[in-house]
Amino acid sequence: MAQDGITRDRPDPDSADLAARHGLSVSGARPGLVEYIRRLWQHRYFIGEFARARSSAKYTRARLGGLWFVLTPLLNAAVYYLIFGLLLGTSRGVADFVSFLVTGVFVFTFTRNTVTSGVKSISGERGLIRALHFPRAVLPITQVTIQLRQIAISMVVLMVIVVARGNFPDWGWLLVVPVLVLQLLFNTGLAMWAARLGSKSTDAAQWLPFVLRAWMYGSGVLYLVEDRAANAPAWVLNLLDMQPAAVYIDLMRFALMNTENFGTEYLPAHVWLLALGWALLSLFAGFVYFYRAEEEYGRD
Amino acid sequence: MTDVSEQAQQSGQAEAEQNRPPTVIVDNLHIVYRLRGSAAGGKGKGGGKGKAELRAQAAAARQEQQQERRRSGRGRASRALRRLTGRTDASEKKGGRTVHAIKGVSFTAYRGEAIGVIGSNGSGKSTILRAIAGLMPAEAGRVYTEGQPSLLGVNAALMNDLSGERNVILGCLAMGMTPQEAYEKREDIIKFSGINEKGDFSSLPMRAYSSGMAARLRFAIASAKNHDVLMIDEALATGDRKFRRRSEARIRELRGEAGTVFLVSHSNKSIRDTCDRVLWLESGSLVMDGPTDEVLEAYEEFMNG
Repeated sequence: MAQDGITRDRPDPDSADLAARHGLSVSGARPGLVEYIRRLWQHRYFIGEFARARSSAKYTRARLGGLWFVLTPLLNAAVYYLIFGLLLGTSRGVADFVSFLVTGVFVFTFTRNTVTSGVKSISGERGLIRALHFPRAVLPITQVTIQLRQIAISMVVLMVIVVARGNFPDWGWLLVVPVLVLQLLFNTGLAMWAARLGSKSTDAAQWLPFVLRAWMYGSGVLYLVEDRAANAPAWVLNLLDMQPAAVYIDLMRFALMNTENFGTEYLPAHVWLLALGWALLSLFAGFVYFYRAEEEYGRD
Repeated sequence: MTDVSEQAQQSGQAEAEQNRPPTVIVDNLHIVYRLRGSAAGGKGKGGGKGKAELRAQAAAARQEQQQERRRSGRGRASRALRRLTGRTDASEKKGGRTVHAIKGVSFTAYRGEAIGVIGSNGSGKSTILRAIAGLMPAEAGRVYTEGQPSLLGVNAALMNDLSGERNVILGCLAMGMTPQEAYEKREDIIKFSGINEKGDFSSLPMRAYSSGMAARLRFAIASAKNHDVLMIDEALATGDRKFRRRSEARIRELRGEAGTVFLVSHSNKSIRDTCDRVLWLESGSLVMDGPTDEVLEAYEEFMNG
């Protein structure tokens, strides 16, 4: 140990012993997992209020204000429709391409936006981290909550479009709720993973968008992947079919659309198991990965 | 207050311990800031590592510069690439640039003490408070505290796009209050901050506030809660005289309720008015620790000389 400081009031050599005698605990030490979750639960109001504040502050300087919550997903879908539907003609082989495309874009955007905002959730709130004491998991979870508000608005827009295209509400629409819940769990885990990744260096914020774009093209957002990759080996097709984004997008399409290839009756049971498995795996792994670095956030 | 703390200094540790239990024990604390850190560096337990590391870094940087000069004929992009590839193996050892902000500080604070922290700019005053609050992870050494210490920073982040009222609620919730408590305290906090004295500012977004108003609101929010160990960072320096008097009264009140109070300030007057013990830090090391008058006298001599 370097003795740079002149210390007059030096505690016992065994200061740990003194601390223990008076019931002092190590400051800033990471609590146990159960205690951590309990503290996180205590901060639920903060998460809600923080998310509300952040998302209402998002468009306060825009002239159209809150209208952008509706316009952003709509414009997004419109651009993809223009390029992939009209120019490239990927709509071949898909009945009701508009509903197909819009559902895919909205569902995937939910995941994509949670990851990209999760990456910045720790590094962007350094001031808050250095000023106040709260479980750091509050920050990525706040970002997920913000995106949840956005997807709730998007879902209303989506349902209007889907109905306008002639897919009228039936009992299958109730499946939207479990699909969104599972995707939410999946996204939460992903956001926490991304948050730790982005907390140390900003590299992750640079390369993640490319990974996400590749993921989108491989998830059948804009076309039927099975048609496009018909020549690929069977295991590749299986992989593309069973990866989480494809699972959640397909489930949402099954729930909302009634065309010949997407109806509730065609839904294989194992897809639900996959959706549940991905959600739990992501949530558990992401949470533990984030939690293990709890003491490190705010160092740089 | 003063006589008790003097007694604690004169008589032995054991007696002091009986009279007033310790609330904060800082044991050989080292704090290192990492800038552009790589994940590989810095899990080391050994102290004194920071200086050697800095020296090694400086040497490496010099070497790099020399190499760069030799190759300066080539394009910038290729140099950047070489820097990138060259750093991948070196960064394992270096771990980016570091600032060794606290170098082995030790002290014990007891219940009922009000401790001032002084030192020139960049001496590590704010850093040590952050470490006590558990907001900055320690490189080596330990900080033991009673309960969860709270740091009253005037720099605490608030959201500029939101109204003052909204920020009050948000700040209260972040400190762990329930929504009911937060809404109950809202009026008091806004009244205490005095931002509504010049019109209805509490409903305007904070970017419309003057810097003094924003600082006052931050202090008002943070001081709305009772704390076991309370640390105040330069709070008395903000605001006009009227607000300063009000906040000094509030600090005395908080000190009555809290176990121990730390105060960082550049104003020797407010230190003298509120503290009975002073820690003097200089470039990360503890220079002096003792009764207020003694330390302030030495400090003033140092600053004038």
